[in-house]
Amino acid sequence: MSPVQRTVSRTLVVLVAMFGFAFALVPLYDVFCRLTGLNGKVDTSAQALMHEAVDDSRYVTVQLVTRSGSGLPWRLEVAQRQLRMHPGQVVEVDFTFVNQSETPQWGRAVPSVSPSNANRHLRKVSCFCFEEQRLAAGERLEVPLVFQLTRDLPAEVHTVTLVYTLYPVEPGALALTPRAPDALDAI
Amino acid sequence: MASKLPKPPFEHSAGGAGLAADTHATPPKGILRWLLTTNHKEIGSLYLIFSLIMFFIGGIFALVVRLELFQPGLQFVDPEFFNQMTTLHGLIMVFAAVMPAFTGLANWMIPLQIGAPDMALPRLNNFSFWLLPVAFTLLLSTLLMPGGGPNFGWTFYAPLSTTYAPPSTTFFILGMHLAGISSILGAINIIATILNLRAPGMRMMDMPLFVWTWLITAFLLIAVMPVLAGVITMMLLDINFGTSFFDAAGGGDPVLFQHLFWFFGHPEVYIMILPAFGIVSAIIPTFARKPLFGYASMVYATASIAILSFLVWAHHMFVVGLPLVAELFFMYTTMLIAVPTGVKVFNWITTLFQGSITFETPMLFALAFVVLFTIGGFSGLMLAIAPADFQYHDTYFVVAHFHYVLVPGAIFSIMAGAYYWLPKWTGHYPSEVLGRWHFWLSVIGVNLTFFPMHFSGLAGMPRRIPDYALQFADFNLVSSLGAFLFGLSQLLFVAVIVKCVRGGEKAPAKAWEGAQDLEWSVPSPAPLHTFETPPHVIPQPHP
Repeated sequence: MSPVQRTVSRTLVVLVAMFGFAFALVPLYDVFCRLTGLNGKVDTSAQALMHEAVDDSRYVTVQLVTRSGSGLPWRLEVAQRQLRMHPGQVVEVDFTFVNQSETPQWGRAVPSVSPSNANRHLRKVSCFCFEEQRLAAGERLEVPLVFQLTRDLPAEVHTVTLVYTLYPVEPGALALTPRAPDALDAI
Repeated sequence: MASKLPKPPFEHSAGGAGLAADTHATPPKGILRWLLTTNHKEIGSLYLIFSLIMFFIGGIFALVVRLELFQPGLQFVDPEFFNQMTTLHGLIMVFAAVMPAFTGLANWMIPLQIGAPDMALPRLNNFSFWLLPVAFTLLLSTLLMPGGGPNFGWTFYAPLSTTYAPPSTTFFILGMHLAGISSILGAINIIATILNLRAPGMRMMDMPLFVWTWLITAFLLIAVMPVLAGVITMMLLDINFGTSFFDAAGGGDPVLFQHLFWFFGHPEVYIMILPAFGIVSAIIPTFARKPLFGYASMVYATASIAILSFLVWAHHMFVVGLPLVAELFFMYTTMLIAVPTGVKVFNWITTLFQGSITFETPMLFALAFVVLFTIGGFSGLMLAIAPADFQYHDTYFVVAHFHYVLVPGAIFSIMAGAYYWLPKWTGHYPSEVLGRWHFWLSVIGVNLTFFPMHFSGLAGMPRRIPDYALQFADFNLVSSLGAFLFGLSQLLFVAVIVKCVRGGEKAPAKAWEGAQDLEWSVPSPAPLHTFETPPHVIPQPHP
């Protein structure tokens, strides 16, 4: 092998490795976000309650925001837009999905939490965000969200905002939810 | 055009064994000569001519933008077309003007500066050039397609460039892939040339700084162009194959796009400025008639900037909602880059100190580079302050910052290099009178265009808008006038080049009194084949 060939083959190895690295960054980013709770990404699987004493000494304001749009003619309503709760307390809030169109459709609500350091302290026992929903034309569906803020929530967090954004799910794309394997069982 | 450039000699010597040029008894005539050439000088010229043409196309797009912004309200173009103009201006200038210009200079000068007969891989060299016209024909053809060309900004953030993109986006992706492959192949060629074809006796630390900076740039290209290729491949999959890399509805994340893009994008910024450092480091010692101050520190500073460039990408994303720790990390690493950059500016100024300075056109451009690039560096430091960036983000202050580092930075250095090496390329000195006119009109034009943008940006004018609030009218008027002055004065540059190719004062082999590097030991104009028997370099100790 001539010296030029050696240099070229080495650079080609780096080249292929960097191309692979770009794709490897996708799952790595996901893992990183999940471990650190950054980016508002929450676990999309049910978690057990932390059985701990309710911390009566402080209140946390929880804002519940719903957003539709994104081409899905659904409405998502929440029974209570804002509530005050103690860390450790378990709260249930009802959400109502309405399909306003003439056809049955699949959709899902994607959650996001801010500030991101509240992320790991929000435990969802039951959530519609774990699975895709199918609503017939004009159907109303009432589903509860059961969650808890754990007592180790950082002291500087006084308000936690939980946003649900509605997205359509193409029937063909139902199997293409690699980040939420549990959702597949529900279909 | 062809007849004015040096003709291949009738007989080829056997000196450059293994070079593709030697397989032709007589080189093909006419267009085929240029399509099939494997000569580093001819390919270098092709790159430079291509980038000059693209510089004017990108410039016309910029003038459409400035025309629309001449006064508030919508005058000349639709907002939709305006967005396509800002996007294509950025893409063309970055990928079709600045990067190929540097590759062209590398093709011409690196073999001459290291005493090599040609690039290490001449046929690959031909291929990497001819990918470019194809790539940018594809990209520019999107303007004629239904739905128009790319309109999502040169940073093509998802989901603007995926979910909400015009149908032509697939052409944009394929064009970018081809341009990326071209850059990668060019970089491989440059690395193989520099590491293997140096003249006997030339150690790494004897190489001219232009060669050093290009070597480091080539490594950056190898490292990040594949990431760009990965990102646009993911876009392609998202658009056409139903994946959800950047689509929150399918479990993806648009912020991931920004991380990936800027992981490529920030090193890309240095890809466009490191060779400029090399050119300026050649010109200033020549016209100060002193060796470069701190050669070794220049090499180490360049390498440090390259390494740091991988650790600062999220300073483009301070407002996406990064955690405090990340804001601080990226703020401090960004500020750290000011240290090696400061070393460079210090070395250039110290080289000037007590030199016998003359102000020929290349030196004027190099000095303007040092001053104006430093201004761009300082506004970069302001933007690095995360809390302040929340105010400046996506305003004209950012536009002012990166145009100061790219126009009087990268582009002035390319022009300085052109004026500096034109005697070597053509055998004639470029016209000093026209050169000075070009320089002064460019300096005035650049500052008129971009300096007021600092103020309109600090006052809150957002980027990428075709209309703006009335209080920004005066600043925009000045910017637009400056842009037209700068744009039109570039016609002088073309006039200088055409005149210089046709004739002018004859240049000797060593065209500039203070020039030291190896390229000045071959005749002017440089014959088609040089250094067929390698020169023996006696290393000069650096002061």
